[in-house]
Amino acid sequence: MQIDTAQLTALAIEIAKILAAAVCILVFILLVVLYVVLKLRWVIARIQSRLGPNRTGPWGVLQTVADAIKLFQKEDIIPRGADRWLFTIAPAIVFIPAYVVYVVIPFGKGLTVRPLDVGVVYVTAISSISIIGIITAGWASNNKWSLLGAFRAASQLIAFEVPVILAMCIPVLLSGSLNLDVIVQKQAGSIRDWNLFNAFPMCQIACLMLLIAGLAEANTTPFDLMEAESELVAGFNTEYSGMKFALFFLAEFAEAFTLSALLVTLFLGGYNPPVHFLGGGLTGYWFSLVSLVWFLVKCWLVVVLILWIRSTFPRVRIDQLMNLSWKGLVPVGLANLLVTGAYVGLWVAR
Amino acid sequence: MLAKDFLAVGVFIIVGIVFVAVTLIASYLFRPYNPSGEKLRTYECGEIPLGPAWLQFRVGYYVYALIFLIFDVEAAFIFPWAAALLGFSRTKTLAVLGIIDMVIFVGVLALGLVYAWKKGVLEWK
Repeated sequence: MQIDTAQLTALAIEIAKILAAAVCILVFILLVVLYVVLKLRWVIARIQSRLGPNRTGPWGVLQTVADAIKLFQKEDIIPRGADRWLFTIAPAIVFIPAYVVYVVIPFGKGLTVRPLDVGVVYVTAISSISIIGIITAGWASNNKWSLLGAFRAASQLIAFEVPVILAMCIPVLLSGSLNLDVIVQKQAGSIRDWNLFNAFPMCQIACLMLLIAGLAEANTTPFDLMEAESELVAGFNTEYSGMKFALFFLAEFAEAFTLSALLVTLFLGGYNPPVHFLGGGLTGYWFSLVSLVWFLVKCWLVVVLILWIRSTFPRVRIDQLMNLSWKGLVPVGLANLLVTGAYVGLWVAR
Repeated sequence: MLAKDFLAVGVFIIVGIVFVAVTLIASYLFRPYNPSGEKLRTYECGEIPLGPAWLQFRVGYYVYALIFLIFDVEAAFIFPWAAALLGFSRTKTLAVLGIIDMVIFVGVLALGLVYAWKKGVLEWK
């Protein structure tokens, strides 16, 4: 094969662009996680009539930075009976998929790293790789708490994978595409064009299903059985300390943000402004900027909603959790899929 | 085009690996290292652990995993159907056929779920 210099240069420029985007998104995730953890502590403190972190820096904003620095210099303990290699690799297997998912998230008009045509499938496929990392972590620790936590985590994650898929199919049906950018563009206009206010009641059911199942996937409080401090010590990451623990932590909060980004993208109009005069008429770079702001504002609202749920609900029991998925959300999701299919085929397309 | 699309995924995976490696190595340079027998012992709330943790696990987990596998494979069929239905539905016959197909497909799947439910495998014991 002949090597073409022009093509090679184009490829190099392409890779450099993606590399820059990748680094930007990595920094973005780190900042978001620092902020969300802080916000979590503030929200929970407020709801429980406490003050929350307010000593480190102005209003306590440096609290999570201090926590991160502290985790960074903590001793790394690998228990004697553990499988050293798997123990070290497991945090990477959990973190990397949580990060790679961000390739397809539409942050704004033209601000997707790469709008893959298989977007929705890509998100579900990549994010489920984390389960392997969790099982690996639990198994490699050679600790009964960790192993129990890992099994619980795996059964919970796979149970709620199915409702997530069924809920995501509804916006896909309505927009006829798996590409997240196309799904967002179909919701352009005003608030009435968002999927949340479309196709009553199928879209609303799907949105609620995605929220519930997504909370279970992101392991937040009503469904935090795999961590369950009072029952399993800390679940699959009992033996982890220092930077490896920090990676699990990072992945968990990155996934929580992915959930809110997906809810925004699939149901809340993505980066589109809610009313036309708040930026809908703009074009070019200005619209990119305004749409990015709208995306972040919506994500912030969903994150606050998640934190509110997290600080309000008690933890469910494991049998309730499994029943909720297999006997509740899965049958409802299947029925919802068929009804939406009929609606799209016989009504929308006419 | 396809190769170009997944180039981004490849670059992201590499950046992820580099990030994990750099943080682990950097923290290795800063953190202390004072292992002791007590510290390295498997944590069981202060008890001396009895035997390894690599035990047999309950078959219930396995059954759940099997049911999940069926539904996950099904997702591989539902996603393309969901993406294509709107386009197909411009012709009425194709729309009706597409919906009937999915009713049969989901019907068989739901029968399986009902069977598992009646068999009692969905009871967490």
